[in-house]
Amino acid sequence: MINYIWGGLMTVSIAAAFLFGRVEEVANAAMQGATEAVTLSLSLLGVMCLWTGIMKIAQHAGVIALFSKLLRPLTRFLFPRLPRDSEALDAIVMNMVANIFGMANAATPLGLKAMKELSRISKSQVASHEMCMFAVINTASLQLIPSTVIALRQGASNPYEIIIPVWIVSVITLAVAVTAAKLFALKE
Amino acid sequence: MQYISAAAIPLMIFGIVAFGMSRGIKTFECFIDGAKDGLETSVRILPSLIALLVAITMFRASGALEMLTSLISPLLSVISFPKELAPLALMRPISGSASLALVRDLLTQHGADSFLGRCASVMMGSTETTFYTLAVYFGCVNMKDTRYTVKAALLADLCGMIASVYVVRLMLG
Repeated sequence: MINYIWGGLMTVSIAAAFLFGRVEEVANAAMQGATEAVTLSLSLLGVMCLWTGIMKIAQHAGVIALFSKLLRPLTRFLFPRLPRDSEALDAIVMNMVANIFGMANAATPLGLKAMKELSRISKSQVASHEMCMFAVINTASLQLIPSTVIALRQGASNPYEIIIPVWIVSVITLAVAVTAAKLFALKE
Repeated sequence: MQYISAAAIPLMIFGIVAFGMSRGIKTFECFIDGAKDGLETSVRILPSLIALLVAITMFRASGALEMLTSLISPLLSVISFPKELAPLALMRPISGSASLALVRDLLTQHGADSFLGRCASVMMGSTETTFYTLAVYFGCVNMKDTRYTVKAALLADLCGMIASVYVVRLMLG
């Protein structure tokens, strides 16, 4: 899909440039965009490393195991049909904690493990309700500190002011995602 | 409220480093190890960031973006959703790098302290690259039928996009 989007953006831009007589602006924009991308990734680099560094400490100190206990009760509501001592539920909880702390490097392998465990339980090529619920939760962002956005906002008078709005919207998104998944599951 | 937002990061760093030290973790070495991951990620996303930022900058400079947003603006004005944010809302579930490029573009065009800049930041921070996540998760177990997952996830994204605008208007003005 991204191939069509990118190709479309490029060709439509150049066609529109000739149509609207903005050829020179578009030619400059191409170079400006390329330069901007390097500046952008350099300006993100420091904060990104700061955050992955801090999160590595959290990971080694056992934060995932610690907070997994706290999130356990919630997973009983989300996945009522999974056995409480199943490996799938362990991986699901740990994946959610890793996401909350923004440990993307840890969250994805845990999520894939959870998916594999769930498919082992369901033994079918049609996704089980648990798999759908777990995937939907992962598409809602749970991150406590939106570090990339904060890094993008360097230069704002208060780069951090968006944190609480982000939490509120994340909770709304997650609530809609979970409710929708539960309702669609009932309907089937 | 402002204070909680500003204190969240220092408190979290304090908590993690103090907790790490209390557990006897080699904090500095761990940090360096983790920072290397960040460096790797930055380098890995650079090529796609270049490709997409070039495309988006060209798209805006050509006047095509303006045409597209004014085409859909009557629809958006019904829910008082700013038309400048429509491209970001459409791109967010599809590509992380492209939406990053769009947020950067919005922040330089309108300023990080503007209403649009704040909305874009909240939209970016509170939603995920839905299609990418689903592709990775269902792909790894070869699922043929994902049933209602896409429907539910996109509905949640849509609510998140609209909620971002309202929450920013309510809290940050």
